[in-house]
Amino acid sequence: MKYVLLIYAAEKNWASLPQEEQGAIYGGYMAYTEKLGKSGKMLACEPLEPTSTATTVRVRNGKPVSTDGPFAETKEQLGGLYVIDVKDLNEAMEWAAGIPDALTGSIEIRPVMDVSGIDKIK
Amino acid sequence: MNAAAEALDRIFRTESGAVLATLIRVLGDFQLAEDALQDALTAALETWPAQGLPDAPGAWLTTIARRKALDRLRHARIVQAKSSALALAMSLEQEAAGAADERDWSPVPDDQLRLIFTCCHPALSPEAQVALTLRTLGGLSIGEIARAFLASEAAIAQRLARAKQKIRRAGIPYEIPDRDSLGPRLDAF
Repeated sequence: MKYVLLIYAAEKNWASLPQEEQGAIYGGYMAYTEKLGKSGKMLACEPLEPTSTATTVRVRNGKPVSTDGPFAETKEQLGGLYVIDVKDLNEAMEWAAGIPDALTGSIEIRPVMDVSGIDKIK
Repeated sequence: MNAAAEALDRIFRTESGAVLATLIRVLGDFQLAEDALQDALTAALETWPAQGLPDAPGAWLTTIARRKALDRLRHARIVQAKSSALALAMSLEQEAAGAADERDWSPVPDDQLRLIFTCCHPALSPEAQVALTLRTLGGLSIGEIARAFLASEAAIAQRLARAKQKIRRAGIPYEIPDRDSLGPRLDAF
C-alpha cells in the first residue's frame, strides 16, 4: 500500500536552533532518506520551503483569489513529505517513527487513495 | 421457539465468533466476512432442519461462508481491483482444496486472538477499539454495546462502520503484533 508521511514541525524552533543542531538534524534526514531509499520503498521525498513562501489560491465567484501564506495558521507546519510503498499501516508507522522530526514534531500518515486510471495520466 | 430452532440458535451463538474471526483472516475484509457469515447462517437454517446437523457445525459454516464470499466477489465484480480480487479468489480456492493454511506456521494459531489485536490497533480510537471488540469477538448486539456506552444505537453503528472502514482503507493488518508493539494494543483492556 502507498502512504504519504506528512512531516509537521514548528518552523519557529528550527530558526532558533544553533547551527550545529541544525546540522545534526539535517544529517539525520540524509541518513534516514538514504536508508529509506535503499530499502526500495521510497517513491518520493519532498522537503518544503517554509510557510513564509506559501501562496494559497481559491476560486470564488469564478475568480481566482490568491493570498499570502499557508492554508491554515497552525502551531506546527507542514515541512515536507515522503511517499512510501509498504506492506501495511504497521510498516508505515515504523518508518514514520524513524523520521527525525518525529522526536519533536508530528508525522501524519495518510493512505494514498486508489483511483483507477490515475497512473496512466501520470 | 421450538427445540430445533433453539438448538440452531445455540450453535450460531457458540460458533459464529470463531467462524467470523477465521473469515476475516482469510478474506481480509470485515464487511465481506460478516456478509458471507450471514449467507452461511441462512444456508444452515435452510438445510440443517431437513438434513440434520453436520458433525462439525463450525467447519461447515466456514466452508459455506468461503464459497458465499467467492460468489459475492464474483457478483460484485470488483473490476477496479481485479488483480487483488483474483488473488483472493485463488487463495480461497487453494484453501478449499486443502492447501497449506496460514495457521500452519503462525506462532499463535488462533484467529480470534489475531482479530482482537486488529480491533485494538492504536490507529483506532479507544472507543472504537472497545466497541469493535465487543461486537466482533464478544458477539454483543449494537443495542447492548450502546447501553454499555450510554450512547445511541445510531452512534455505535456509525462508530463501528467508521472503524471497519479505517481498518480497510488505512491498511491495518490482521496479525499478532510482535513483542515491541504489543504494549499499545493492550490499552483498551
